[in-house]
Amino acid sequence: MSLQATTYLVVGLTFALYIGIAIWSRASTTKDFYVAGSHVHPVANGMATAADWMSAASFISMAGLIAFMGYGGSLFLMGWTGGYVLLAMLLAPYLRKFGKFTVPEFIGDRYYSKTARIVAVICLIIASVTYVIGQMKGIGVAFSRFLEVDYNVGLVIGMGIVFVYAVLGGMKGITYTQIAQYCVLIFAYTIPAIFISMQLTGMPIPQLGLGSTMSGSEVYLLDRLDQVLTDLGFAQYTTQARLSSLNMFVYTMSLMIGTAGLPHVIIRFFTVPKVKDARSSAGWALVFIAILYTTAPGVAAMASMQSVRPGSRSGKRPACSRSKTRTATARSSTRPIRTSTR
Amino acid sequence: MSQKADYWKANLRLIAFCLAIWFVVSFGFGIILVEPLNGISLGGYKLGFWFANQGSIYVFVALIFFYANRMGKLDREHDVHEDKDV
Repeated sequence: MSLQATTYLVVGLTFALYIGIAIWSRASTTKDFYVAGSHVHPVANGMATAADWMSAASFISMAGLIAFMGYGGSLFLMGWTGGYVLLAMLLAPYLRKFGKFTVPEFIGDRYYSKTARIVAVICLIIASVTYVIGQMKGIGVAFSRFLEVDYNVGLVIGMGIVFVYAVLGGMKGITYTQIAQYCVLIFAYTIPAIFISMQLTGMPIPQLGLGSTMSGSEVYLLDRLDQVLTDLGFAQYTTQARLSSLNMFVYTMSLMIGTAGLPHVIIRFFTVPKVKDARSSAGWALVFIAILYTTAPGVAAMASMQSVRPGSRSGKRPACSRSKTRTATARSSTRPIRTSTR
Repeated sequence: MSQKADYWKANLRLIAFCLAIWFVVSFGFGIILVEPLNGISLGGYKLGFWFANQGSIYVFVALIFFYANRMGKLDREHDVHEDKDV
């Protein structure tokens, strides 16, 4: 089978799965539609939250950003995960306790004001629309590559699919589709990471591989990477920071607060049965997110290593070349020299 | 009434404790103190770099579960848990 046919088959099957799930779990009541009847298991909700929240940014571009920024890229890792601590302790349980469907409803009732409610609706729409624009751009780019169609056509296909399963299944359908999406996403992300880690360090777990020695030598991977980059005239990977400490501090803080306030994440906590479940569910969400977020720095550093190591690009390409090429491409516009060994 | 106030106070104390740790591992170890901590190494990692890249995320996960567990206990102690209305 040609690559094109295989791609169509895999993408087609995934869509069929998502739509199948939506039809199977059709929403029949208002409560089903908005909050999945409030009986989603906290672990299932955690997984769905993880898939919902880890979007084009985490999946497509974060490792590339970190590879490019070195230590400075940590602000995305800490900022985007740290927000869940705020969410779990300051927001989710209280909103769940209130027991309505949406945040504006809470604001309106809490402050006895219809105006407050309208203001909340406007904020929510602005936040969501901004967010969706970014995601849709990602969908358009990904689909136009995979299906080899025009960017606009890819965008419309993606929107159509999401529309069908969201309208049919409501929050219940979305929950189960997102669980399926999480499984697809985490496999696609960790498998190349495991292979690149094994190849470079002999250690299959990227989180540990990043702190290990290079295979067949006594030198630690990060030390070697620092040394190679310094030799080429760049900043050390592990200390390189493009921003001052103060800027990193406020950047990280803003990402944390932003994460805690995302409307589509908050509403997920209305789907669990009890307040207690809202608390643990935030923990589970972060567990599933952490699997990807602790792998990303490994992918970033190892991909950097692969692309700068002298002589590493002669002859055969390793199994991990796909992920490497992806991060290298993300960088090429800003730092041409480091990709010249590609 | 004082029962409720006690519950709320204990709740706030727990949140303050957890958020203090949250702040120290990310902003403290990962950003402000990163340079001195980089002098210490953890395997192939510099410690400050490790906190910024990996450690803070592990601590966040542990913190949320610790908080959820402690809140569950507090709820039962102050008899505001939800198991009865099921």
